[in-house]
Amino acid sequence: MGAGMIGARVQRLEDPTLLTGRGQYTDDVHLPGMLHGCFLRSPHGHAKILRVDTTAAAALAGVERIFLAADLPPAMRARRMPMLLPNPTLLGHLTQFCLATDEVCYVGEPVAFVVAATRPLAEDAAALIEVEYEVLAAISDVRDAVAPGATLACSADTDNIASVFVQKYGDIDAAFASAPHVFYETLWQHRGGGMAMECRGVAATHDPVSDRLTVWSSTQTPHLGRRTLADFLARDPETIRVIAPDVGGGFGPKAIYYPEEAVIPAAALALGRPVKWIEDRREHFLAASQERDQLWTMDIALDADGRLRGVRGTMLHDTGAYIPWGIIMPFIASVTVPGPYVLPAFHLETTVAYTNKVATSPVRGAGRPPAVFAMERLLDRAAAELGIDQAEIRRRNLIAADQMPYKVGLTFRDGKPVVYDSGDYPRCHEMALTAADWSGFPARQAAARAEGRYIGIGIGNYVEGTGLGPFEGVTVRVQANGKISVLTGAAPQGQGHKTMFAQIVAERLSVNLDDIIVTVGDTAAIANGVGTFASRITANAGPSASIAAIAVRSQILKLGAMVLETTEDQLELVDGQVRAISGNRRGISYGDLARFAQGMPGFSFEPGQTPGLEQTHYFTPPQAAYCNGTHVVTLEVDIGTGGVTFLDYVVAHDSGTLINPLMVDGQIQGGVAHGVGNALLEWMGYDANAQPITTSFADYLLPMATDVPPVRGLHIESPSPLNPLGVKGAGEGGTIPAMAAIGAAIESALSPFGVHVTDYPLTPPRIIAMLRNSPGWRALHD
Amino acid sequence: MKPPAFSYHDPATLAEAVALVATLDNARVLSGGQSLMPMLNMRYVLPDHLIDLRRISELAHIRQSGGDIEIGGMTRQRDIEYSDLIAAKLPLLHEAIHWVGHRQTRNRGTIGGSLCHLDPAAEMVATVVAFDATLIAQGPSGVREIAASDWTLGYMTPSLAPDEILTGVRFTPWPDGHGAAFVEFARRHGDFAIASAAAMLTADGAGRITRAVLTIGGVGPAPVRLTEAEQGLVGQLANETAFAAAARHAAAIEAIGDALVPAEYRAHLAGVMAKRALAKAWSRIDGKGKLAA
Repeated sequence: MGAGMIGARVQRLEDPTLLTGRGQYTDDVHLPGMLHGCFLRSPHGHAKILRVDTTAAAALAGVERIFLAADLPPAMRARRMPMLLPNPTLLGHLTQFCLATDEVCYVGEPVAFVVAATRPLAEDAAALIEVEYEVLAAISDVRDAVAPGATLACSADTDNIASVFVQKYGDIDAAFASAPHVFYETLWQHRGGGMAMECRGVAATHDPVSDRLTVWSSTQTPHLGRRTLADFLARDPETIRVIAPDVGGGFGPKAIYYPEEAVIPAAALALGRPVKWIEDRREHFLAASQERDQLWTMDIALDADGRLRGVRGTMLHDTGAYIPWGIIMPFIASVTVPGPYVLPAFHLETTVAYTNKVATSPVRGAGRPPAVFAMERLLDRAAAELGIDQAEIRRRNLIAADQMPYKVGLTFRDGKPVVYDSGDYPRCHEMALTAADWSGFPARQAAARAEGRYIGIGIGNYVEGTGLGPFEGVTVRVQANGKISVLTGAAPQGQGHKTMFAQIVAERLSVNLDDIIVTVGDTAAIANGVGTFASRITANAGPSASIAAIAVRSQILKLGAMVLETTEDQLELVDGQVRAISGNRRGISYGDLARFAQGMPGFSFEPGQTPGLEQTHYFTPPQAAYCNGTHVVTLEVDIGTGGVTFLDYVVAHDSGTLINPLMVDGQIQGGVAHGVGNALLEWMGYDANAQPITTSFADYLLPMATDVPPVRGLHIESPSPLNPLGVKGAGEGGTIPAMAAIGAAIESALSPFGVHVTDYPLTPPRIIAMLRNSPGWRALHD
Repeated sequence: MKPPAFSYHDPATLAEAVALVATLDNARVLSGGQSLMPMLNMRYVLPDHLIDLRRISELAHIRQSGGDIEIGGMTRQRDIEYSDLIAAKLPLLHEAIHWVGHRQTRNRGTIGGSLCHLDPAAEMVATVVAFDATLIAQGPSGVREIAASDWTLGYMTPSLAPDEILTGVRFTPWPDGHGAAFVEFARRHGDFAIASAAAMLTADGAGRITRAVLTIGGVGPAPVRLTEAEQGLVGQLANETAFAAAARHAAAIEAIGDALVPAEYRAHLAGVMAKRALAKAWSRIDGKGKLAA
């Protein structure tokens, strides 16, 4: 047992619990005397707070306390939320206060926190709080935010610019000056939120006897939460424990630190009672971060044969009222553009601007989907103009396998040059094309058109920097009962981390999966942690688990040889037992060995013996590991309704060594679901006053299981040289090129009508509006 | 998203329920709750009393009465979906019910609840209008029958007095062998339709339409019976041209619009749905010929 675990299609250890409703989420934390809170949030996109009167609300039976900004601990009222990822280009007010003091800058900004005996009572009381606002002009559209003399999103600033930065390499002017072909595109791209099934939630309790503060939070980053909370409460971090229990999806928005994560613990401390707040869905639409709008204006220069000379342009990103995660998302977008192609010159100026909407932070894909959409749309445009097949123009430009490692010429968010470490992009591309029968498509399309059906095909290629540092640690410990404890700062939200760790440790220690107990998402488990985002856990904590387990294996062999009075080369490890091939003593279990490793009270260790069978390792990757993939989508458009039906969805994907192909398949399928939602359905609407108009799942549409095609996934494994397991991230590749491939397929389907796709979501009304420009379509329908 | 406190009543008989609605102020009737419960949680409605009809077994039935079929107001949508009688006698209703929400919501949702909630896109309302069905209400002064055409007073406003309860609806089936079709388009299956069309047709042996009904849901504040289009179809040879002419009436409905679905798109879709419903209904007529050229 254990051998062959890495790479095995193991059923997820988490699933029996999660699928039978026995998961324990933040809302399952029930403590004696627990109080329940709700936030009063700004109803205005932009307003001054003139007066707050809580008299009537506080008088309501069952209300314990109403917190305004002035009622919070000093650090929480004196300073804004921390800038989590500082960058020298950042400008303006940056972040919000835990509770608004005198100005609110988006609908949903928290103004007061009501604590009552029950949640309904807290909501009753919140409705009784009187806030007198002076409504100010609001900025809703980021294109207006950067106009001269624009209304200010926040009165602390002098303009709405949050950052301007340039990414470039090569001689862009020369590339364009002599190019035989130049085309330009203006692309308006929209993404909504992550929309985890479980909204956010925080519960906190303070034990006065031990002076311990325990916080449960539906977060991707418990260690970040503990550090930030310690600062806000001016407490010894050792007295704070943050637990991310079962978390029902993260997808990015739960990676940042939110005001609510500080306010609930502060309230629990102030009241001396446990306090819980569970975000409802409407609040999630108002107050959880989103990814939102980007305007790309891009030029592409090519040789006569379709080879790339250069790409240049500008990108405008709507960060919302605040910028808590810095410029990471637009930054990632800006460096993702070159993708898997040999692009000799590149120049992109990115402007990040404030508007009066909730802040943005990365959602699965983290800015890469718009970048891939931009590059792939440019290539499709060039292919159409030059009369080259869309696959062929890509073949002519893909980086060859023997060019690896490939230095792009840009600097990634980790401060390291963008160097693609490994991969065979042309092979991956061909695998997807072959599986989708790309070359046979024209005949299928012609046959369909003869029946009055409009089918189309599209390609999306991407490269993604994954597995970002700085580290993620793992402790492996053999317990005296033979169980193997694996403890880590990694915090899963459904990915299957426990299974992944168990597979690695089982293989390294030659034990059964059942004997491994994995503890995740708990600051008490391990001293240092970073969190789950950027497809980084398997590439950071995976190697840590492997290295720690190998060290424990060495300890087992060393101590086993001592106890069994033989040499290490005479030992084998089987099913949690050390067995001696020769000698008088036949073997000992890991548990007994662990007991032995604790020594006996009063007796010294033998020379060379160390306490316990355990090791903690913090692996730190030298740079991002670059995964890649190709999506080929075949779909049909109903030209009467504008509805889209998927006919085939192929993903060829290379995320290095696969620990568990079954879980990677799931990641790809789930990632495609996000991509389908972004491409066709999800739209977070705001009116001209920055008032959100899609605040329920009746208006903001997510794909349902029946809307997502079954993905035909193909794996290539090009091991990354950057970590001992050879792994790369796999969590976002299902999403990243989906909008590009789906958009291209819709354009292909509607090519008889000259439809040109430059934006998404491609809703049925949007598709019909595009068709209306076609005289051919109007002849059929008007 | 938690409702404020209210009093909950669950009468066991219709008489008790009628007495409650007649006496309680600011009361809402709960009949399945697939719309009302979210509205309560969102605090869109703030009743002092909720009168749950779930225990009133006399309101849950599907039965033949003479040539007609009566469905009790508390009949679950799932029971209508699975009724052989409905499938045989009211194929339009049988098809329409599959478009109502999802099987999970149909397990709880009732036909009476849907008719009283009166969402503009509700399939049950469009079907009742297509059939010229009769709605039956009971109040303190007795039973009142309401023609489907009189049921809608305005946007989500049924012709039901505050002291009345909708007890059922009576359908008169079309002759065996007629063609019926309910089609709709929503962004996702189970969502409220952006536009729906319900069509029923009969024909003579020569391929001429002898009777026609065409109702469009989701486009106006209430389902629209296109009587002019119906009259235009009768006597015509069934063909693309005839259906297209009828569909133009659908596309001419003054459509509701919003930021998500512009009126122009909704009206266009009404025409597309009308045409498809007519063609589908025609294809289902027993002994029909091919569409005339």
